[in-house]
Amino acid sequence: MSFPLLTATAAVPAVGAILTAAVPAGRRTAAKWLALLVSLATLVLAAVVFARFEPGGDRYQLVESHSWIRDFGVRYELGVDGIGVALIALTALLIPFIVLAGWHDADPLETQSKRWRPTQGFFALILMVEAMVILSFEATDVFLFYILFEAMLIPMYFLIGGFGDRAHGGTDENAAAQRSYAAVKFLLYNLVGGLIMLAAVIGLYVVAGNFSLTEIAEARANGSLEMAGSTEKWLFLGFFFAFAVKAPLWPLHTWLPNAMGEATAPVAVLITAVVDKVGTFAMLRFCLGLFPEASKWATPAIVVLALISIVYGALLAVGQRDIKRLVAYASISHFGFIVLGIFAMTSQGQSGATLYMVNHGISTAALMLVAGFLISRRGSRLIADYGGVQKVAPVLAGTFLIGGLATLSLPGLAPFVSEFLVLVGTFARYPAAGVVATTGIVLAALYVLVLYQRTMTGPVKEEVRSMPDLRPRELAVVVPLIAVLLFLGVFPKPLTDVVNPAVRHTMSDVQRTDPQPEVTVQKVEAAK
Amino acid sequence: MENLIALLIGAPLLGAAVLLCGGRRLDRAGHWLGTLLAAVSFAVGLALFADMLGKDAEDRAMHQHLFSWIPVEGFQADIAFQLDQLSMTFVLLITGVGTLIHVYSIGYMEHDERRRRFFGYLNLFVAAMLLLVLADNYLLLYFGWEGVGLASYLLIGFWQHKPSAATAAKKAFLVNRVGDIGLSIAIMLMFTTFGTFAFGPVLASAGETSEGKLTAIGLMLLLAACGKSAQVPLQSWLGDAMEGPTPVSALIHAATMVTAGVYLIVRSADIFDAAPDAQLVVTIVGAVTLLFGAIVGCAKDDIKKALAGSTMSQIGYMILAAGLGPIGYVFAIMHLVTHGFFKAGLFLGAGSVMHGMNDEVDMRKYGGLRKYMPLTFVTFGLGYLAIIGFPGLSGFFSKDKIIEAAFAKGGTEGWILGAVTLLGAAITAYYMTRVMLMTFFGEKRWQDDADGNPPHPHESPKSMVIPMVLLAVGSVAGGAVFEFTGFVEWLEPVTGFEHGHAPISAAAVTAATVAVMVIGVGLAYLQYGRRPVPVVAPRGSLLTRAARRDLLQDDFNHAVFVTGGTHLTRSLVYVDHTLVDGVVNGTAASVGGLSGRLRKLQNGYVRSYAVSMFGGTAVLIAATLLMRAV
Amino acid sequence: MNPVNYLYLAALLFTIGAVGVLIRRNAIVVFMCVELMLNACNLAFVTFSRMHGNLDGQIIAFFTMVVAAAEVVVGLAIIVSVFRSRHSASVDDASLMKL
Repeated sequence: MSFPLLTATAAVPAVGAILTAAVPAGRRTAAKWLALLVSLATLVLAAVVFARFEPGGDRYQLVESHSWIRDFGVRYELGVDGIGVALIALTALLIPFIVLAGWHDADPLETQSKRWRPTQGFFALILMVEAMVILSFEATDVFLFYILFEAMLIPMYFLIGGFGDRAHGGTDENAAAQRSYAAVKFLLYNLVGGLIMLAAVIGLYVVAGNFSLTEIAEARANGSLEMAGSTEKWLFLGFFFAFAVKAPLWPLHTWLPNAMGEATAPVAVLITAVVDKVGTFAMLRFCLGLFPEASKWATPAIVVLALISIVYGALLAVGQRDIKRLVAYASISHFGFIVLGIFAMTSQGQSGATLYMVNHGISTAALMLVAGFLISRRGSRLIADYGGVQKVAPVLAGTFLIGGLATLSLPGLAPFVSEFLVLVGTFARYPAAGVVATTGIVLAALYVLVLYQRTMTGPVKEEVRSMPDLRPRELAVVVPLIAVLLFLGVFPKPLTDVVNPAVRHTMSDVQRTDPQPEVTVQKVEAAK
Repeated sequence: MENLIALLIGAPLLGAAVLLCGGRRLDRAGHWLGTLLAAVSFAVGLALFADMLGKDAEDRAMHQHLFSWIPVEGFQADIAFQLDQLSMTFVLLITGVGTLIHVYSIGYMEHDERRRRFFGYLNLFVAAMLLLVLADNYLLLYFGWEGVGLASYLLIGFWQHKPSAATAAKKAFLVNRVGDIGLSIAIMLMFTTFGTFAFGPVLASAGETSEGKLTAIGLMLLLAACGKSAQVPLQSWLGDAMEGPTPVSALIHAATMVTAGVYLIVRSADIFDAAPDAQLVVTIVGAVTLLFGAIVGCAKDDIKKALAGSTMSQIGYMILAAGLGPIGYVFAIMHLVTHGFFKAGLFLGAGSVMHGMNDEVDMRKYGGLRKYMPLTFVTFGLGYLAIIGFPGLSGFFSKDKIIEAAFAKGGTEGWILGAVTLLGAAITAYYMTRVMLMTFFGEKRWQDDADGNPPHPHESPKSMVIPMVLLAVGSVAGGAVFEFTGFVEWLEPVTGFEHGHAPISAAAVTAATVAVMVIGVGLAYLQYGRRPVPVVAPRGSLLTRAARRDLLQDDFNHAVFVTGGTHLTRSLVYVDHTLVDGVVNGTAASVGGLSGRLRKLQNGYVRSYAVSMFGGTAVLIAATLLMRAV
Repeated sequence: MNPVNYLYLAALLFTIGAVGVLIRRNAIVVFMCVELMLNACNLAFVTFSRMHGNLDGQIIAFFTMVVAAAEVVVGLAIIVSVFRSRHSASVDDASLMKL
C-alpha cells in the first residue's frame, strides 16, 4: 500500500493541534512556533499533493479507502480532484499567515490566572480547523464529509466566542456580550443547515444504500440507480440549504458580518477564506455531482439569489461604518459571484468559480489581515476613527490599497481572472444575469475606494499621528500574499491546469455543454 | 525585432516595480532611473519604428506571443502583443511625450519628498498605457485600460493629504468603472458571438453576424470610450482630475490616457463600420462633448480647469471624427497626435506659470506674465496658436481635416456636424485667447499666497523649459510633417481610408475655419484684452454660472447618485438589520417562547412528576390493551 | 384457594401505594408507599410463579428485594440529610431543582 498522503496532510495539523494544546502554560512562545512549524509542514505536504496530482489522470486521485462503519456502509474514503487540490493548497497556504498574523492575539491578559492557557488553545483550535477543512476537501464519502462539516463548527465556535479584538470601542463586558452573540448566531445558523443536511444524508442512504460519492454518481450515470424527480429535488434542497448557509448566500448571510466583525482578524479570515469555501466546494461536488437534474431544475432560483447576494452585499458594504463588517459584506457579494459561476453551468463559469474560491481566499486574507494590523494599532473598528494613515504609515496604506484593489478585481491581480471568467460564463448562458452581475464591479470599486479614502487619505487624525508602520512580522504576512495575488493574476496557468479537467467532469455530470458562439472563426495562430 | 515589443512595456514596468518597492534608499536617484527607463522605452520604440518603415506597408504589423494568460476550456486569452502602424503611432506619442514629461517632473516635483513614488507611478502609467495600445486582444486591452485607470487614480490623488485630491481620484476611478462595464459587456458579447476576443478574428469576421449584435457591441465600446475619454455623459471626472500634479494633467489627462477611447473606437473600426446606428451615436456624443467642453472652458477661471474643458472638447472632435467611419479615422488619430503635442505643451506651460506664482491657479490673479517668463510665454503661445488652428501650425491641419470630413458625412447630418465643428472652432479660439490674455497680458493682478508671500514670477529651471520647447516645436511642425509625409498612407492599411466628398469645396471649409477662428479671437480680445480683467469673477449670465459648475452635471450626479445611493445603502443596512435578521431572530424568539411555556410543566414537585408517570403508564397500558383487542 | 385472589390483593396493595405516593407530602410516608408498591409487585411475581409452575417469578422477587433494600439505604439517607438541613420532611419543599 502506498503512503497515505491525503490522510497525512490532514493528520499533521490534527496531531499538531493536540501537541500545541499540551504545551505548558509558561511556554507560550514555544506553542506559537510549534503551530507555525506544523502549519508549514502541512503546506509542504499540500505542495506534494499538488505536485503529485496529474491533471490528465483519473478524476479522483491519491485515493484511500477503508471500511469504517460496516453496518451502514460508511467508509473512510478519500480522494482529490482538481478542485479539491486547489482548495487544499489554498487552505494550507493561508494557515501559516493566519498563525503569524494572530501571533499576539491570544496572549493572556495581565489579570488572567497564570495557569490559564489561551494562547495554546487559540493556535490548537486553528490547526484543528485546518485539519478538518482539509479532510473535508478530501472526503469522497458523504457521511464522512457530513461529520467533518459539522465538527468544524466546534473549534470555530470557540475561536469566535473566545478571542475578540483586544482593543474594542465599547466596554469589555459589552464586547464579550457581542462576541458571544456572534458565536451563538454562527453556531445556530450552521447547525440548522447541518441538521437539514443530515436529513438529506439519511434520505440519500435510504435511496442509494451507501454513502460513497463515486459509487452513487456512477450508479446514477449508468442508470442503475433511478431516483424519482421529487426525491432528487428534496435531497438536493437539503444539501443545498446547508451549503448556502455556509457559503453564505442571501438571505442566510446575516451570521457572517457578526462573526467576522467580532472575531479577531485572523479568525475572520479563517471563517471567510477557508471554512466558508467548504460550502461552495460542496455545492460543486455534492449538489452538482449527486443531483444533476435537480441542480438544473433549481438553477433559475439560485441564479437570482446569487445576483441578489452580489448587489445586496456590495450595497451593504458601501453603507458600513465598521471596517471588518465592510469586508464581511464584500465577501457576501463575492460568494454571490462564486455561486453564480457554479450554477451558470458553463466551463468558464465553473473554472471561474473554482479560481474565485482560491483568489477570494487570498485577497480577503490580504485585505483583512492588514485591516487587523490597522485596528490593533488604533483600537477601533470604526472607519470614522481613522484618517490620513497614508502619511504616517505608507507601507501599511500601500498594502491595504493592494488588498483593496484585489477585492475590486483589478486586472493584474488574481481575482480579476476569476471574476471575469464567472461573468463571461454567466453571460454566455444567461445574458441578463451577466449584465446585472457586472454592476457588482462598480459597487466594489465604490466600497473599496471609499474605505481607502476615509481611512488612509486626508489630514492626519490626532489619534493616528504616532501610528507605527508595518513591523517585520506583519510584512512577512502581507508581502507573500500580495506576491501570490500578482503571480496568479498574470499567470494563473498552474491553477487552471488542475482545475480544467475537474470542470470537464462536472460538466459531464450535469450533461451540459457550453453554448456555442454564433459565428465560428478560425482560431488565431498563437505566434507567427 | 518582434521580441523587442515586450521590452517596450518591460522597461517602465521594471521602473515602477523598483521605485515603488525600493524604499527610501532610492530617493536620491529614483527620478533619474524613472526617466531613464521611459527613455529606454522611447528608444526601443524608435528602433521598432525604423524597422517598420523598412518594410512594405502591408506587412508592417508585428506580433509577439508571450504566454497563454487564462487557459480555460473554450476560452483563449493570451498575453500577446500586436504592433501595427496604429499602435506604433501611439507608442511613439506615449513614450516620447512621456519621456519629456518625466524630464519636466524632475524640476517640477523637486521639493516634494515623495518624488520617487511619483516617478514610480508615472512609470506604471507608461507601462499600462503601452499595454493598452499593444494588446492583441480586447481582454488584454482591458488589463491596460484598468491599469491606466489605476495609475490615474494614484496620480490624481498624489497629494492625498488634500481631501479634494482624494475625492477627485476616487471619482475618476468610479466614473471610469462605469465605463468599464461597457467594455466588459462588449467583450462578453464578442465572446458569445465570435467565441474569441482577439482583434484579428473578431474584426475579420465582424460582417458575419447581425447588425443588432454589432450595434450592441459598438454602443458598449462607446460607453467604455466615454468613461476613459471624458465624453458626455461620463465627463464629470476630468475637471476634478486637475487636482493632480500638473505633469500628470499634461501626460495622462491631456496627451495620452484620455485619448484611449479614440484608440478603442478606431481599433474597432470594422465593428463600427458595420453598425451605422452605433456610428451615429458616436458622432452625436462627440458633437455634444465638443460643445460642452468648449462652453465649460469659456467659464472657468482656474487655468487647469479651462484647459481640461478644452481637452474634453478636442477629444470630442476626435470621437466625432472616429464616428464618421473610414473618412474620419485617420484624421481622428492625426488630431490626437497633434493634440498630444500642443495640449501637453499648454499644460506644462500652465505648470510653469503655477510654479512661478506660488501654485496659484486662478487666472484672474495672473496678468502681465509675459515679461517675467518669456520662454514659457513663447512656448505657451505657440501651443495656443496650434490649438486655435492658426494656419500652418499643427492644429490647423488636423482640425481642418475633421471639419471637412464632418461636412463630407453627407445629408443633413453632414451639415449639422459641420456646423457644430465650426462653432466649436470659434469657441476654442475664444476661450484659448481668454486664457492667453488673462495670463500673459494686461496688468498684474497678483496676490499674496496664504502665508503672505508675494509671488516672484521667474522662469522655470532648464529641466522644465526644455520639454516645453520640444513640445512647442512639435506643436508648430507636427501638422505640416504629417500632412506632407503621408500620415494618411501610413495609417491606411490599419484603419482604412476613404476620401470624403464634402458638399462644399475644401478651400471654402478652410476659409470658414480661419474666419470663425478670427471671430473667436476678436470677441475674446474685445472682452478681455481691451478692458481690465476683474480680480473677483463677476456674477455672469445664467449660462456662465452653469458652465462654471460644469453645466450642472455634477449637481445632477450628486443629487441622483450620491444622495440617492446614500439613502439606498442606509435603508438597506436598516433592512438587513431589522428584516432579514429579524425574520431569523423572530423564529428563534418564537421557539424560545414556546419552550418558556413548556418549562412551566417542570414545577419541581415530585408528586406532579409521579402523576405524569402514572398517567403515562396508564395510557401505554390502555393503548396496548386496545391494540390487543383490535 | 384460587391464586387469582392473590393477584387482586397485589393490585389493591399497589393502588394503595400509588395513591399514597401521589397524595402524601411526608417523605417517609411516600417512601413507605413506594415500598408497599414494590411488595405488591413481589406478591404478583410470586403468584405468577405459582400459576405458571416455574421459578422465574420467585427469582425476580428476590432481585426486587435486594434492589428495594439498596433503595431504602440510599433513599433514607437522602431523606435524613434533607431533614437535617431543612428541618422538614415534606417533598413539596424540595422543589428547587427545576429550570
